[in-house]
Amino acid sequence: MHPTDVSNPDYYHKVVDCQWACPAHTNVPEYIRLIAQGRYTDSYLLNRESNVFPGILGRTCDRPCEPACRRGRLEGEGPVAICRLKRVAADLRGDITDSLPKIPEKKNGKRVALIGAGPASLTVANDLMPLGYECVLYEKHGKLGGLMRTNIPAFRLPPAVLDEEIAMIMDMGVELHLNTPIESLKELLDDGGFDAVFVGTGAPRGKNLELPGRYDSDKIYIGIDWLESVAFEHLDSIEERVLVIGAGNTAMDCCRTSKRLGGTDVKVMARKPRDLFKASDWELEDAEGEEIEILENHSPVDFVVEDGVLKGMHFDIVEWHEGEDGRLASETLETIFLPCEAIILAIGQENAFPWIERGIGIDFNSWDMPIVDRTTHQSTRPGVFFGGDSAWGPENIIWAVEHGHQAAVSVHNHCQGVPLSERPPFGMNLVSQKMGMHEWSYSNDYDPENRTPMQYADLEERLKELNVEAELGYNLEETVREVQRCLNCDIQTDFTPVLCIECDACIDVCPLDCLTITDNGDEADLRGRLTAAAVNGDQDIYVSDALPQTKRVMVKDEDLCVHCGLCAERCPTAAWDMRRFELYIPYAGQPWPTTISTAPTTSL
Amino acid sequence: MTYITKPAVRHPALEKNALGLTRRDYEGAMSTLCAGCGHDSITASIIQAFFELAIPPHRAAKLSGIGCSSKATAYFMNEAHGFNGVHGRMPAIATGANAANRDLVYIGISGDGDSLSIGLGQLCHAIRRNVNMLYVLENNGVYGLTKGQFSASADVGTVSKRGEVNRHGPIDPVSLALTVGATFVARSFSGDRKQLVPILKAGLTHRGFAIVDVISPCVTFNDHEGSTKSYAHTRTHSYEVVQTDFVPLMTEITAEQDRDDVTAVTMHDGSTVMFRSVAEDYDPTDRDAALSFLRASQAKGEVATGLLYLEDSSEDMHAFENTVDRPLVDVPFGDLCPGSATLEELQKEWR
Repeated sequence: MHPTDVSNPDYYHKVVDCQWACPAHTNVPEYIRLIAQGRYTDSYLLNRESNVFPGILGRTCDRPCEPACRRGRLEGEGPVAICRLKRVAADLRGDITDSLPKIPEKKNGKRVALIGAGPASLTVANDLMPLGYECVLYEKHGKLGGLMRTNIPAFRLPPAVLDEEIAMIMDMGVELHLNTPIESLKELLDDGGFDAVFVGTGAPRGKNLELPGRYDSDKIYIGIDWLESVAFEHLDSIEERVLVIGAGNTAMDCCRTSKRLGGTDVKVMARKPRDLFKASDWELEDAEGEEIEILENHSPVDFVVEDGVLKGMHFDIVEWHEGEDGRLASETLETIFLPCEAIILAIGQENAFPWIERGIGIDFNSWDMPIVDRTTHQSTRPGVFFGGDSAWGPENIIWAVEHGHQAAVSVHNHCQGVPLSERPPFGMNLVSQKMGMHEWSYSNDYDPENRTPMQYADLEERLKELNVEAELGYNLEETVREVQRCLNCDIQTDFTPVLCIECDACIDVCPLDCLTITDNGDEADLRGRLTAAAVNGDQDIYVSDALPQTKRVMVKDEDLCVHCGLCAERCPTAAWDMRRFELYIPYAGQPWPTTISTAPTTSL
Repeated sequence: MTYITKPAVRHPALEKNALGLTRRDYEGAMSTLCAGCGHDSITASIIQAFFELAIPPHRAAKLSGIGCSSKATAYFMNEAHGFNGVHGRMPAIATGANAANRDLVYIGISGDGDSLSIGLGQLCHAIRRNVNMLYVLENNGVYGLTKGQFSASADVGTVSKRGEVNRHGPIDPVSLALTVGATFVARSFSGDRKQLVPILKAGLTHRGFAIVDVISPCVTFNDHEGSTKSYAHTRTHSYEVVQTDFVPLMTEITAEQDRDDVTAVTMHDGSTVMFRSVAEDYDPTDRDAALSFLRASQAKGEVATGLLYLEDSSEDMHAFENTVDRPLVDVPFGDLCPGSATLEELQKEWR
């Protein structure tokens, strides 16, 4: 193998599994260390740089970071509760008014229209306002937040948290038009006088279930519409027996909301077996914690309505087999009837653009979706950009935020006459964390604790009201416990081959057998003959230059390294050093973030 | 030394031996030796050898004297018996322990100071008695614990860290052992685990005194230019005379080991040690030839390594002394010490 180029930011970035997995590349280990030091405000600000809505995401994020967490690969441990620690920073932070980006008095003369006040548009405004842009935001509802407002129930995301974080952006001077649905994009483009338009209208159309009886009762709801009605207080009750069709995260929000509006017997009905559910494990557990039954392998047949009154639904109980083509096929075992008085359909959602005219330069694909460039977010009409769920269908909030950042880069390039392909690169910095002979600036000892469970509000209390937040958040004791579980994967084991005397000390002391000195070979061969075979192909192996004495190479399998720093402590020549990797993420108009927060160089 | 201990978390795919133990189960306390010390590397090889042989840790005894090397017994097999004795007196203690309980596996860790200066006589007599033990001599050519004075194994012309040149001739533990009749003599290098581990395994299996001289660079006081026991010097001046492979009992002998130039020696327990002489005409079962070969390579400034001499048919201390098979610790006290009445009877014979 060729020697690994660690000056390419991607290499060390990939070692920080959580940061690599996060669409917005939030610097997770650093913000957890800041929490550990009690610097909640700094931790919040660091979060805000990349994910813009730490308080919201600390409660609602889909957490792609957690399944990626290295601790999850160590036996019986569970990943660090990254998301819940973010909430700690948001809940305990101080006033940050002075730390928010300053908005220039003198504008740069460019106007940008943002359609839909969800996380994607808000992120674009957040990135462009400090550069002197005039941002004009159009929202069809009377309140801001998009799906964060309409689809996430108040018991998961208190409106006050939502309002506060949106206000941080609106207070930058965004021009707001509430209750203003855009009926014609052509009109906006022709008459609006905008230099760029960003479409962040989400995926607002819930999928229907066209089965017999669908339109015979008014007690059959579309999930996201029903949640929206609840959010805007058009609805405040539901019948006692409720069936929720679907097993995604929206279904979980629907069933838990039903429980709070009068549903006593609420069942979630899924066609597929549990391991194929779209809902996150923790959302399923939260629903079950509220005495909601989740039934798998139940395929809906028809709605049973008698004299205009919904009586229930027929389901096929199915078994799944993998066919020869590798696809799952179902076999019906029996058909059953389940009585109910209301049904909520939560089987997916899709984009809808009835307000975008054809023939204005925006090409649509065979699924009638606009063609959007994956990197630049630009449609086929220059100056019109898409992001969030409206770009390529439903994702989640953190993806919407990242879309917003990328679209903002594109809008900025577009307005400054720079080709969209000229995107500012990622950068990196490495700083030694050595404090003394055997002392590091971070808490390097491995903590064997298991994941700290979340405490919930009393079941009876929280089911009484819609806005009683279900999760209590970590208290100080739980926070202190959980922050210590982070492995500090951003404190990299950095190797200087020319210093190595091949004494093997690092290899012997490594608790996870990550290191090997051996003759070089091709990757497959090398992976097989390390101290412990490197079987996880998703994780890179590091290969050094030829070592001075024997011309062999130092190889490190990054997979299970717990960043304890013992290799560096036992290295007589400091060929190994523990260096803090900082990823410099480029944002619109600022190649590197202007406020780089670093932990102070004292250990906890 | 380090501030934290090696975390207990281990690789999920860690291999297990016949006892169901992993290599990590053979570890000891955190080393307090200098970072990069050759002794730590030897410790890792010892751990590997005991693990691969699946020796129950509680059936092993670790013995040592004084010196950096002698601290190393603390750094492997926490579960084993241990005795840290007076400077240079480890061989006597090992002899006594072995006399009392012949069933344990004995490993003595010593250094060039402990073995070749203050304990030279002790070492010679343990060899003479052919005490059944593995004796690892961690040889760095300096007194590291007292800041790097030349030891009795320092080569003529080697330069100390402060620039002095050594003019006393060295005592070569390998030649010495051959001279006083050792039955298992090897030399290796802490930085060559591929060679060292099979030698240690063979030495642990050998019935009798197995001495392994391991060049173990002192990273603090003897790893500079001009030193003849540095990592760099040992790597450039050592050469493998005999390649050794250890084949435990019940393991199929593979084709590669069955080659013409390979000599197989069956150990008393049925396992096999395979040799392949790299140097032409070298015979690791011929003591005289081995001695003259070593003298010649020493004169050229070369460090010959490998299992240099093996004689497994010899009798060990218990055979010489004609002791019972049962370990003496397990023999009832009344049998070991029959009492004054029996003595009275015995003495009547000479009256």
